[in-house]
Amino acid sequence: MHQVGGFAKKEIDGWNGVMIELTNICKTFKIAKRNAGFKEAVKALFDREYSYIKALDHVSFQVNDGEMIGYIGPNGAGKSSTIKIMSGILVPDEGECIINGRVPWKDRIRHVREIGVVFGQRSQLWWDVPVIDSFELLKDIYKINPKVFRKNLEDLTERLDIGEILRTPVRLLSLGQRMRCEIAASFLHNPKILFLDEPTIGLDAVSKIAIREFIKSMNKEQGTTVILTTHDMQDIEALTERILLIGKGRILLDGALSELKKRNDTFKKLTVDYVGKEILPIPGMTVVESVAGHAKLTVDTRICSVSAAISRLSEQVEIKDLSVSGATAEEMVVALYKEFSI
Amino acid sequence: MKKYFSFFKIRFIHGLQYRAAAYAGIATQFAWGGLTLLMFAAFYKTGASSFPMTFPELSSYIWLQQAFLALFMTWYFDNDIMNSIVTGNIAYELCRPIDLYVMWFLKNMAVRSSRAVLRCFPVLIIAFCLPEPFNMSLPKTFSSGFLFLLSVIMGFMVLTAFNMLVYITMFYTVSPMGIRILAVSLLEFLTGAIIPIPFFPEGLKKVLLLLPFGSMQNTPFLIYNGYLSGPEIGQGLLLQTGWLLGLTVLGYLYMKKALLRTTVQGG
Amino acid sequence: MKLYFKYAAILLKSQMQYKASFFMTMIGQFLVSFSVFLGLYFMFQRFPSVEGFTYSEVLLCFAVMLTAFSLAECFVRGFDMFSVIISNGEFDRMMVRPQNAVLQVLASRIEFTRVGRLLQAIVVFVYAVPKSGVLWTWDKILTVLFMITGGFFVFSGLFVIYASFCFFTTEGLEFMNILTDGGREFGKFPFSIYGEKVLKFFTYIVPLALFQYYPFLYLIGRSDSLFHMLLPLLSILFLVPANLFWKFGLRHYKSTGS
Repeated sequence: MHQVGGFAKKEIDGWNGVMIELTNICKTFKIAKRNAGFKEAVKALFDREYSYIKALDHVSFQVNDGEMIGYIGPNGAGKSSTIKIMSGILVPDEGECIINGRVPWKDRIRHVREIGVVFGQRSQLWWDVPVIDSFELLKDIYKINPKVFRKNLEDLTERLDIGEILRTPVRLLSLGQRMRCEIAASFLHNPKILFLDEPTIGLDAVSKIAIREFIKSMNKEQGTTVILTTHDMQDIEALTERILLIGKGRILLDGALSELKKRNDTFKKLTVDYVGKEILPIPGMTVVESVAGHAKLTVDTRICSVSAAISRLSEQVEIKDLSVSGATAEEMVVALYKEFSI
Repeated sequence: MKKYFSFFKIRFIHGLQYRAAAYAGIATQFAWGGLTLLMFAAFYKTGASSFPMTFPELSSYIWLQQAFLALFMTWYFDNDIMNSIVTGNIAYELCRPIDLYVMWFLKNMAVRSSRAVLRCFPVLIIAFCLPEPFNMSLPKTFSSGFLFLLSVIMGFMVLTAFNMLVYITMFYTVSPMGIRILAVSLLEFLTGAIIPIPFFPEGLKKVLLLLPFGSMQNTPFLIYNGYLSGPEIGQGLLLQTGWLLGLTVLGYLYMKKALLRTTVQGG
Repeated sequence: MKLYFKYAAILLKSQMQYKASFFMTMIGQFLVSFSVFLGLYFMFQRFPSVEGFTYSEVLLCFAVMLTAFSLAECFVRGFDMFSVIISNGEFDRMMVRPQNAVLQVLASRIEFTRVGRLLQAIVVFVYAVPKSGVLWTWDKILTVLFMITGGFFVFSGLFVIYASFCFFTTEGLEFMNILTDGGREFGKFPFSIYGEKVLKFFTYIVPLALFQYYPFLYLIGRSDSLFHMLLPLLSILFLVPANLFWKFGLRHYKSTGS
């Protein structure tokens, strides 16, 4: 039964495998305008203007049990509104949302018992008391069976290597240590779904990798469904196979990370050291920068093949060193944001 | 002075943006003043002869207190300043090309005065329109009105100078919040915010009037309502000037010493 | 309930991390209400009574009010700080936990330093009880207990209403102070001294007088109506509209998320 993913379960007990299902979710916010300047401020004292912002515009997607997806988009795109709706804090204007067979905001307490939420920038641990005290309190809040609690605590302590810091007050922990405790805290009650909001923000490389490894293993072994929102594309690359891109309240892209890579494969980056005069590109080649014998170019392979570009270069200048690379995830996202102009 | 006005302007515009807060503030102060007056009226009924001033004088006093609450409220301490003291970020403040004492002093004044300007007029206008004897009356003479304005500014500065001493004391203690509460409760009582100083027992009253506490809200309000007259006004103003000078010099030196300590300790 | 005490234990533990600060604040709290007491004392140095109430009678009233308020403040303080809880995102955190939101808000801020105020109330009680001339029969003792209980719940209700407003706006909540802090401050005198209109307001709209003025009359022997004695229990019903308003606010929060 350690099989992972919706597919396996479907075969076993006829479970349809869908853990999260959002259909045409819409949400509009009303915001009071505040203009700068003295005159405007006086005016606002008597008459206030409002503007309406469509935070979510017919958002639909499905996530299977045991899946791990990356939810990305620029700031203000609607990521946190979606998370809030999925965790039962926010009620949408229209649309349906079924998670784990329930409507989150209608049955909040039962719903949240089975989810875990980690806000990277906010703590769920009590600042001035030892970590273990916070855990004990969470045990009561979630009514975790003492046996299960003990077992989970042991397990998490070992995996996250927090045994030595359990008795330390949170305020004395480093950010990396704290984050590991935060993550442990959100796994104490065996959540079926975990929402991670920027879990690695501000962490050093070692902690980042430790946390990624941990999440990955929990997803594999416990089959926890994970929704990860982040700006760190390394997180996405390391953890998720599927990404959802949201911009201006709409889902712009829903697909495998490898698909996305393929799509962006048409662009190649050439870095060249050379001796000679100016590089005159042919169609499909763009010189991004060129300083004293060092140049960066992009090549659109739909118009001009990489080899054509290289031979063009060698005609014009004497190449000393040349490297060809594909786009990084970071660059792909930038390209995506540009493509959808968000 | 330019610094003061730019602080003032920022705070004033900031204050204007919170429309509901302004309305609510005015309503609250009005209700508070009203209930206070009704309470005194009940005492007045039992023994008018024991009343240290006439009832209309008291009405003016209470409404002035409400209208200029922002100038003399004891519980306001600037959050930025508190934070820089609590977290020890004071070192950053020292990097700025301004004298810290002067800057904090001006900032405190700007915050309070911008709030007072926003709020005093509505309260005063309503208070003037109330039925007698609960209404606010005009000052008896033109000159007492003028001296009142002068004395308000002086009293305001005496309070700010006193607060500076409180801020600086916070450097030296493990519990800035505790110091703050102590200072607030002490000031609240001794400056006459709970009951006006003339209602205090004679002996204590005499002492308080000589101390800086009597030179804060007490002096200007008593000049306005006519409780003080003739040479008493002069004495009051002189005492205010004396305390202002004394407290600022003391604060300035005290601050220097405190800063020296933090730099020696390496922040 | 068990959970609430766990929260209380953890908060006490964390407040005790800063012992010096804790006790300084507590002393401060004590002094704040001590100055109110002094104000009262000075007034009665000048005047023998007010509207027929003597000094020791007023002290009794003051002690009851202070006790009820400080108890409410100590244990229901979470609501008083609710605007902070909302603005720093703590409330969202509470909403993703499988517990009643009200309980979590209550339990999130228990201010043990408020014991300072309670201490002051007890001191005034000890001073006023023998002086008041009340013959302390069981019904009078019961009356005082009713008054404190009623007061605790009415003030709690006011804190809840105050908090519910935070769902809609974080500005302009100052006017609630007139009912909470103002209630404590002006409630040191029986509400009748402020005139009939004020008394009516505090009877029918915000029922502070239900646990203060009417049972107080019974306590000092000005009334022997059992109804007056039992009125504080009626005032507990104030929690019903408070709770409804909270639910209304919560629904608004869930639809605006702000």
